[in-house]
Amino acid sequence: MSAAATTGYLSRILFLLDHYSISFLRGAGTSLLIALVGTFVGCLIGFLVGIIQTIPFRAKDPLPKRVLLRVLRVILSVYVEVFRGTPMMVQAMFIYFGLMQYAHIHMGMWTAAFFIVSINTGAYMAETVRGGILSIDPGQTEGAKAIGMTHFQTMFYVIFPQALRNIIPQIGNNLIINIKDSSVLSVIGTIELFYVTKQNAGTYYWYFEAMTLAMIIYLIMTFTCSRLLRWWEKRLDGPASYDLATTDTLAFTSGMTRFEEPRAEDEDELTNRDLGKGWN
Amino acid sequence: MAEAILEVRHLSKAFGSNVVLRDIDFDVRPGDVTSIIGASGSGKSTLLRCINLLETPTAGEILFHGENVAAAHVNEAAYRAKVGMVFQSFNLFNNMTVLENCTVGQMKVLKRSKSEARETALRFLTRVGMAPYVNAKPRQISGGQKQRVAIARALAMNPEILLFDEPTSALDPEMVGEVLEVMRGLASDGMTMLVVTHEMAFARDVSNHVVYMNHGVICEEGSPAQLFGDPQKAETKEFLARFIRG
Repeated sequence: MSAAATTGYLSRILFLLDHYSISFLRGAGTSLLIALVGTFVGCLIGFLVGIIQTIPFRAKDPLPKRVLLRVLRVILSVYVEVFRGTPMMVQAMFIYFGLMQYAHIHMGMWTAAFFIVSINTGAYMAETVRGGILSIDPGQTEGAKAIGMTHFQTMFYVIFPQALRNIIPQIGNNLIINIKDSSVLSVIGTIELFYVTKQNAGTYYWYFEAMTLAMIIYLIMTFTCSRLLRWWEKRLDGPASYDLATTDTLAFTSGMTRFEEPRAEDEDELTNRDLGKGWN
Repeated sequence: MAEAILEVRHLSKAFGSNVVLRDIDFDVRPGDVTSIIGASGSGKSTLLRCINLLETPTAGEILFHGENVAAAHVNEAAYRAKVGMVFQSFNLFNNMTVLENCTVGQMKVLKRSKSEARETALRFLTRVGMAPYVNAKPRQISGGQKQRVAIARALAMNPEILLFDEPTSALDPEMVGEVLEVMRGLASDGMTMLVVTHEMAFARDVSNHVVYMNHGVICEEGSPAQLFGDPQKAETKEFLARFIRG
């Protein structure tokens, strides 16, 4: 069947699926990968910025430390405000063409996409992480300090795992936004789902049909991600009940009792697991 | 007399223009159980928080084995590892089980091996009667149980002195007993303790030294027999009378 003879809405969609499904899927894969990498790196940036923004400093600290922290904070605040306060599409063109014209750096498609989505997400996540850290009861910090933990240890073992749990919904939100908003990268020639759809639509002027497919694919991707995140959240909360270690307490130190072994064997794994522990 | 573990010298603390501690002086010797009593707002908790450096003193010295820990260059974390603290609001780590609460400090701060940390934790959890709950999360146990775990967590660090900041004030009445029982046991084992409390019976029966604070100063101090039996200052008499009546 030739394209010209295909007239109905459904038959055009079927025609597109028949001839262009590989290109649609490639585009969708690209969008998803950009969103995943961008969200992940963005979260790392957000965590880093969030930590620096919440490092406490006191008059007792040495002057260089205080000055350094202050300067860092100003720079980070500017970063957050600029990237949160301008559209990602404009940022993409600004950075891509700016670097090309004046620094003679020609970013590849992937580099540009990952870079722009990451720093954009980072700006949002920084505020989310800061809020997540501030939302944890100060008593948790005091409890950790009281047993001699340093600021870093307190953050890493006690505050982060709880803050992370609190901000997972926001991370999921960002992932979903990034899956959709990666479409703006078509302006710098990123061959993602929207770019591909426009191309395919332009071949036959079947915009409605091609966009229908794009709508469905975007929806499948976002819906799947939101369900997966919900499932992950539930898993992190751990079981609602616990088992009593019902054994002769005198036997503890003699090693005769068997407590439920933590799943992790070494300390690093314990740490990773702790990062996701439930909270109150 | 044994050398003091902790000497507080001319300690003052102000929050802005609000002076909450004025020229506090006292010593803690090994094996001492010191109770700090006084009305709410008299500065008891702030004093304890200053001793653990959770608040920075405005002036004065806190000498731990003769070294001033309030000085700028002191490693606060290393000092705090030797001074245990039990809070009114427990402050157990919500993201960890009971057992992990008691092992994390040992492993990360004292660098003990996992098996050693577990063994130590279980020993102290057994002692406070919380060993069966090793797998529970803080949100799953009662206030009294949380406080007992918090005591085990502090003990597992083998502190030289244990600070209690109103450990029973956030508890339902029926749970106060179980926590006080644990504290009595510690005292009789010779643990050095500094206890801010509203439990007059505990102060009278368990401690060997009582400090009465009023408006940010130490108004009167002495043995429980002296302070409860024969208070010298009018404020002390009034405070005690109020408590006995109330």
